[in-house]
Amino acid sequence: MCTVCGCGTDTAEHSLIRGHSHSHAAGLSSARMVQIEQDILGKNNQYAAQNRRWLAERGILALNLVSSPGSGKTTLLTETLTRLQGKVPMAVIEGDQQTSNDADRIRATGVPALQINTGKGCHLDAHMVGHALESLPIANGGILFIENVGNLVCPAAFDLGEAHKVVILSVTEGEDKPIKYPDMFHAADLMILNKIDLLPYLTFDVAKCEEYARRVNPTIQILHVSATSGAGIEGWIDWLICAKPPIQA
Amino acid sequence: MHEMSLCEGVLQIIETEAKRQQFRKVKTVWLAIGVMSGVEIEAMRFCFDVIVRNTLADGATLEIIEVPAEAWCLECAQTVSIQQRYDACPHCGSYQLQVTSGEEMRIKELEVE
Repeated sequence: MCTVCGCGTDTAEHSLIRGHSHSHAAGLSSARMVQIEQDILGKNNQYAAQNRRWLAERGILALNLVSSPGSGKTTLLTETLTRLQGKVPMAVIEGDQQTSNDADRIRATGVPALQINTGKGCHLDAHMVGHALESLPIANGGILFIENVGNLVCPAAFDLGEAHKVVILSVTEGEDKPIKYPDMFHAADLMILNKIDLLPYLTFDVAKCEEYARRVNPTIQILHVSATSGAGIEGWIDWLICAKPPIQA
Repeated sequence: MHEMSLCEGVLQIIETEAKRQQFRKVKTVWLAIGVMSGVEIEAMRFCFDVIVRNTLADGATLEIIEVPAEAWCLECAQTVSIQQRYDACPHCGSYQLQVTSGEEMRIKELEVE
């Protein structure tokens, strides 16, 4: 029952009645209803929109790399940076709960990196990324890689202002990850199947994995890569170059 | 555990609205949470109680309205009901579905004093 006016609706029905008004005459009761109708992630989305505008003005391609821990994100990233070094300006934001190990690995390639430690947090949010953009040197027309916290759940909900989410799935994981963690595979535009050099030693069913990914996201693009052997890296580099926005005058 | 961040977002909105709409105490909060929003309802309840402690919403009742998932089937050209993202169309079996509802996370309304 509605606690304000006793209108006899239970909570579920209450929400379904459009235009149901709770306005009462002033002074009858100190309790009143106020309509809010706001997205809980509204604040994050505002920061994300600011980041997106900032990036667009500078012709920077921002990618949000997401995966479970141990999928080979950082190795793929260092390999990518090494290949594109000197051709495209790049920078990296590293998100981890603790340590600056990943940022150190990135800096060893000569590319500027900024480590965000989320502490107990399980994801990066657009506010953190906005602050990182203030201090990270990145030239116009460059590529910004944001390596999110290794987690296939929470980062799916937080827009950082990126152009694309790229989900990395290694073949040492289960082929059913796309349907076990559908939100992430739904949010991503590209799935990179990593560590494919290990396929001969595993029972990983590539076709099944791709079918699952397309079930949750019919338009997802898929690349096969081994960051260690270098197989398929060219396809990924080509994808990056195609995704880059034209540099504005 | 991103429910903690979501609850902080809820509190921020409530505090902003308290100034705008002139209220000092929140008794009930109604949220609409889609079944495919990735929100764990029980975790949300737990986090909410922790986050609102010593705020204007301390002790407020959290009412969560679960919004069912629906999708537009490209093959059938109609809205169909689904349970999860990887569900096939219940009529034709196609996976060419565009989710149309069930992803939302909104604060709907508040009962305040």
